[in-house]
Amino acid sequence: MANVASAERPEVVQASGQFSTFFVGDLFFGVDVLRVQEVLRFQQMTSVPQAPEVIEGLINLRGQIVTAVDMRRRLRLSPRSAEQAPMNMVIRTEDGPVSLLVDEIGDVLDVDNTQYERPPESLDSAARELIRGVYKLKDRLMLVLDVEQTVDLAAGRSS
Amino acid sequence: MHEDQEVIREFLVESHENLSRLDQDLVELEKHPKDAALLASIFRTFHTIKGTCGFLAFTTLEKITHQAENLLSQLRDGQRELDPSLVSLILETVDATRKVLASIEASGGEGSDDFEELTQRLRAAASNGTQTKAQPEAKNPEGAAADPHGPSEPADTAKSAEEAAKSSAVVDANIRVGVGLLDKLMDLVGELVLTRNQILQFNTEREDATLNATSQRLNLITTELQEGVMKTRMQPIGMVWNKLPRVVRDIAVSLGKQIRLEMDGAETELDRTIIEAIKDPLVHLVRNSCDHGVELPEVRQRAGKPAQGKLLLRAYHEGGQVNIEIGDDGAGVDVARVKQKAIEKGLLRPEQAQKLSDREALNLIFQPGFSTAQTITNVSGRGVGMDVVKSHIEKIGGVVDISSRPGEGTTVKLKIPLTLAIIPGLVVTSGGERFVIPQVSLLELIRLEGDSSDKHIEHVHGTPVYRRRGSLLPIAYLNQVLGMKPAEQGEAVNMVVLQAEDRQFGLVVDGINDTQEIVVKPLGKQLKGLTVYAGATIMGDGRVALILDVLGIGQCSAVLAESREQGRNAAEQRAQAGLEQQRLLLFRAGSFERLAVPLSLVARLEEFPLSSIERASGSQVVQYRDRILSLIPLREILESATRENTRPSDPAQVIVFNDGDCSLGVVVDQILDVVEETVTVRKGTMRKGLLGSAVVGKRITDFIDLNYVLSASSENWFCSKGNAAHTKNILVAESSAFSRGLIRNSLDMAGYVAIEAANVDEAIRCLEQHPIDLVVVALDLPGDGSSALRTALRRRPEWEGIPVLALAESADGVRAPAGHEMGFQEYLAKGNREAILESVARWTSMQSLPDESPVCAVRES
Repeated sequence: MANVASAERPEVVQASGQFSTFFVGDLFFGVDVLRVQEVLRFQQMTSVPQAPEVIEGLINLRGQIVTAVDMRRRLRLSPRSAEQAPMNMVIRTEDGPVSLLVDEIGDVLDVDNTQYERPPESLDSAARELIRGVYKLKDRLMLVLDVEQTVDLAAGRSS
Repeated sequence: MHEDQEVIREFLVESHENLSRLDQDLVELEKHPKDAALLASIFRTFHTIKGTCGFLAFTTLEKITHQAENLLSQLRDGQRELDPSLVSLILETVDATRKVLASIEASGGEGSDDFEELTQRLRAAASNGTQTKAQPEAKNPEGAAADPHGPSEPADTAKSAEEAAKSSAVVDANIRVGVGLLDKLMDLVGELVLTRNQILQFNTEREDATLNATSQRLNLITTELQEGVMKTRMQPIGMVWNKLPRVVRDIAVSLGKQIRLEMDGAETELDRTIIEAIKDPLVHLVRNSCDHGVELPEVRQRAGKPAQGKLLLRAYHEGGQVNIEIGDDGAGVDVARVKQKAIEKGLLRPEQAQKLSDREALNLIFQPGFSTAQTITNVSGRGVGMDVVKSHIEKIGGVVDISSRPGEGTTVKLKIPLTLAIIPGLVVTSGGERFVIPQVSLLELIRLEGDSSDKHIEHVHGTPVYRRRGSLLPIAYLNQVLGMKPAEQGEAVNMVVLQAEDRQFGLVVDGINDTQEIVVKPLGKQLKGLTVYAGATIMGDGRVALILDVLGIGQCSAVLAESREQGRNAAEQRAQAGLEQQRLLLFRAGSFERLAVPLSLVARLEEFPLSSIERASGSQVVQYRDRILSLIPLREILESATRENTRPSDPAQVIVFNDGDCSLGVVVDQILDVVEETVTVRKGTMRKGLLGSAVVGKRITDFIDLNYVLSASSENWFCSKGNAAHTKNILVAESSAFSRGLIRNSLDMAGYVAIEAANVDEAIRCLEQHPIDLVVVALDLPGDGSSALRTALRRRPEWEGIPVLALAESADGVRAPAGHEMGFQEYLAKGNREAILESVARWTSMQSLPDESPVCAVRES
């Protein structure tokens, strides 16, 4: 199944079999570890008036201006509580780095490709366009985030 | 000759590079004599050198390389086989070329050696392949002996090596560096500038002598480094100018003109990206000047000017920008012709053209599709041109300006920024965030202080404007444009006056900080769609600040005007209620040069392209905000006889009147102005559609009878309103027909039925004939009319409950205590339309409470 998925999207071929994981609400996500540039604590942000709602702001990443996308809003989940500071997971994309604001960072996991399955049809539409598949780990499910879709906000606004 | 020096220098560098490649190529060619690509490359190299020599008038070198080229072309075309002797011959040519180049570098001339013998051998080799085998070896020593520089020739190889070493002085002094690397360096310097700014800011917070000294030093070094790196990307504008003499010459010859090109300031340096960007516009402008500017020699002589025209290119630095002027001493732009052409092309209406100042008319040539050339030549006149030049220049943050004096010539002036990467910007705050406004767009800063600050900003039906040196400047609030919460109303209003394309507007911000050199960084793909931002930068404290796109802000605020006016309307009107003066919208229609309508009645001003106007049930309509808006051509109503030549302007200027669900558009020829005036001299009229005349702004102005005009529409404007709400009948007792008309207008617009009476008797008659809900009476009604009317009302029980509002001529009259005794419900100033409407609404709704549902037919419009 994994092969089917990667054949569809050759540009995001799983190169390592290792996933950086993170939490957004109750959801447990994984991103190919090679796509992750770095992980940062919450940074001061400059909000961008008139920007799409999912954009939390801009951060200064060593002189580079990086857009921060709030994953809670991206997945249409309830907002984070005020005292809970999000973490920045800076992802490499075709158009430079983008920071995903997530609740918590998990471990880097090796996964078994036989445990991969496509996402269920019944998934909420907001989530389905962002989730490429599911790894059935022992204690929980790890959702594979489609990074390109996540940062493509033009596609995400079709609400 | 100074520009030439630069060219020669480049020629030397380039040729040295080419020659060293030739050495390699020729050796390679000997191994693979059939390699066509290699041969072609060698041929090209000689060809290049030959071409440049011809251009720079190095005849000896040209001769040598020309012969070598001939030989090579035979080889390339397969007419003969390559053999070692030929290769030697060519290599010898390479050496000779080097020698000449060295001489040029040392002395500026080609030297005395004319290499006649070598040239002959080359020629011989080219004409007869068989001879070449023997001759080179045989003749070489002889040639050397015959050479005036003979003694050096025996040590040929040593000499050429030595010369190669000498010539490389030029090569060593210049290194070719990839543009990518320079860009990368520029980026890094940008980072350094930002880091420096952070350190400097940190330093101001401490009192540490060492840190202070170090950061000062860092500051200096960074500035120098920044300048240095910026310089690496700088190129003299002469690089672009070099090809212009040829362009000018060709055009002059083809048009039979005599033009001398003078260039001043060719060493002025610009960033290479900008040089690239202005190349084409510059050539275009020069062609234009040659074609349109400079006249034919006969014409010039007839005008008392020398037959030879002059084209002057000037470049100089000024205020962090580079100015480039392209001036000719030709006939100048014929403003009348420009106007005529604009009218022919439909860019302008004849009446508009008359009003245009010469300067404005000149700028018409920047309109798309404009050319005054009588005939289309291959030089210019195809209608693509100045508009493209303008848009190209504006794209890189530059400005184009044209000035022209009849008979003396035309000068086009370009103002170009030095670089695009680091720009000066003004830091402002709004809604708690900092924003940067590029300095180029900045005209001035205005601070309105104290209590009067909100009075300085006035409103044209919800659209805020500011009177700046007598003219109205539209205003946008940054908070609102960006949808942020408005700041607390402070003591003062800070306004930044900005220029976007050819329009100016004021942008109100919460605070103005300072100017800074900022490094422009692009926004991510996710934010590219936002037109209000030009990019982002990193401030001294390490945080990101957005750079505003002035044009985007201007466009965006115009779009947002609608929601803004609704939100603030009520508050504004209350603020204005204290003003007795009234605002009038002045416009023009048909033969009526100056018409007025009270601005408070106007909902919006619109422009519709003629193409969007359709016809429905016999009248003109447009689709407007998802609805159909009927249009009333005012000109046809006012002058029904003169129907010919009623082609309206494109786009049609439309004044939109609104009432609840009902909208009507009145088409006028031109919106002139909005004035605030106390209307003084008045005179009634019998003419249909007009209320009368008054002096507004020292000129006679006709006031429109909206009642009449709007009823001309096929839509049942007044009836539809009447059905929508319980109509109130208002009696207006006022002797002046003009004032009465104005009051009636506003009542009509607000949905009342106004009944007019000129004196007490008429008023009483009206009261008898119509059920009246409220009476508005002027205190100055003739014959003590107002108190007489009051008394008359009190006498009849059925009239007892009718509220009576008194109108005084001025605000002072309103306060007159005498009025109270007369028992009027309220005293108002005549000119204060809003207050009148408000009171009417209040009293009519109060009165209606007992017997019917409390319908308020009045909108706060």
